[in-house]
This record gives sequence, C-alpha cells and structure tokens, in this order.
Amino acid sequence: MFTRYTAGLAALLFVSAAPFAQAADKPTDPQIAHIAYTAGVLDIEAAKLAIKTSKNKEVIAFAKDMERDHEAVNKQALDLVKKLKVKPEDNATSQALSKAAEEERAKLAKLKGAAFDKAYIENEVAYHKQVNGALETLLIPSASNAELKSLLETGLKIFQGHEQHAEHVAGMLK
Amino acid sequence: MIHPSRLAALALMLTAAPAAAATIEVTIDKLVFSPATVEAKVGDTIEWVNKDVIAHTATVKGGWEVMIPPKKAASLTLKAAGAVDYFCRFHPNMKGHVNVAP
Ligand SMILES: [Cu+2]
Repeated sequence: MFTRYTAGLAALLFVSAAPFAQAADKPTDPQIAHIAYTAGVLDIEAAKLAIKTSKNKEVIAFAKDMERDHEAVNKQALDLVKKLKVKPEDNATSQALSKAAEEERAKLAKLKGAAFDKAYIENEVAYHKQVNGALETLLIPSASNAELKSLLETGLKIFQGHEQHAEHVAGMLK
Repeated sequence: MIHPSRLAALALMLTAAPAAAATIEVTIDKLVFSPATVEAKVGDTIEWVNKDVIAHTATVKGGWEVMIPPKKAASLTLKAAGAVDYFCRFHPNMKGHVNVAP
C-alpha cells in the first residue's frame, strides 16, 4: 500500500511524472475519482483566492474561467460516480495534493498586486502540468471503468487547454 | 394565372440569382471543432453547436469572437472574405479554420 501511494504522490508532485508512474501500482477507480475531484476542488479554491485578491483584469478573468470549468467537470464527475455507484475513496495522493495546495495558498495569501498575480499564474501553469502529467501517465491508464476513463480523457484535454491559457496569461504579465 | 412566358422568366431569374446564404454547422464535442475546416462565402452563417459541459469561444486573433455557452449554440454571419484561423480563448488547444470566398 505504502509504495503505491508514494509512487502516485510522486507522479503528482513532479512535473516529470513518467518515471514514477511506470513504477506505480495502479490506483483503484474509487481512488482515481477522489484524486481527480480533489485536484479540481483545489484549483477552484486557488481561483477564488485570485478573484478576491487580484486587481488584474486578465488574471481575474482567467481565475473565473478556472472556477467555471473545474466546477462543470467536477459536477460531471459527481454525476458519474453516483451513476456507477462508486464511492470516491480518500487516499494519500489526494491528501498530499491538498497539503501542497494549502501551503501554496498560504504563500499566496501573503502576496499582493503584481507579485500575487505572477505567483498565482506561475503556480497555475505548474499545477496543471503536474495534474496533466499524472492523468496521462497514471490515472487514465489505471482507470478500469470505460466511462470514468473517458471523463478523465476529456478532463485532460480541458486542463491541457488551461495550461496553455495560463502560459499565455503568464506571458502577458512579464 | 401567370402567363407561361412570365413563369419561365421567373424560373430563369431564380436560377441566375446567386445561391442563397447557407448556415454551416460546426459541432464542438470533447474540445474538438468538427469539421475543423469550413468552406464558406460572404453572407453565410456559421453555427457552433457546443455539446460540452464547459463554455468555449471561437476567437480570431485581432478579429471576431463568438461565445459558445455549454450545451448551447451560437452563430456568426461572415462579412468579409479571406481565410482565418480561429481558436478557443479558454482552451487554446482547440483550433479551427474558415475559408470565406467573396
Ligand atoms: Cu474552450
């Protein structure tokens, strides 16, 4: 058990996820559902902080896009797990993601103005990279239910779009 | 009662007139515009039908932008000839192309 979680965690916390995912045991569908949902919630929380804190029009618009998209995807995820009668299962990867995001939010909360905007957007680029890496190399290949896999695949395309969008906004802040 | 010659003239006028403006449908499903490339002419309307649960846009850099809400359709009537690339501003990995003939 411990190795599985450690490997999953490594995949999520490092941008170059591939080597870790290869070594990983497969997370189960209830764990995958929980990880994917948690990743969405964490980005929504970061977005809410940005909407409240930032004065930059582009940054606020980006954060609103994140909030709206991740809420829509998470709603789909909830509908699906209900339909499949899967109970999302908390796990060490979800917990580690939450802990890292909490630390990031605490860091962001101390910043204002341009420093906040830069840190938020750079974290959005990095965060989507991590989550996309984990989806690609670990979560999607491990999912056994076809509908869950398909939802994750669509999620990946959406979040790859977010990554590019974040990179674009980051470029404008420079 | 219309005289047969008038009728013939009318038929001739109808066929000689330029083809009526068309509405061209582009479907969005799982972040893909399809067809990816559209052949149109000035006066035609493109209608984007969004099957996704998230909002998208059809945006031309420095040009027009259409907002396409989730599970809804939105349209645009083409006013200028030319070839344009468009993309979704929220998900720049979504790309499409329109060729507009005069
Ligand atoms: Cu989009």
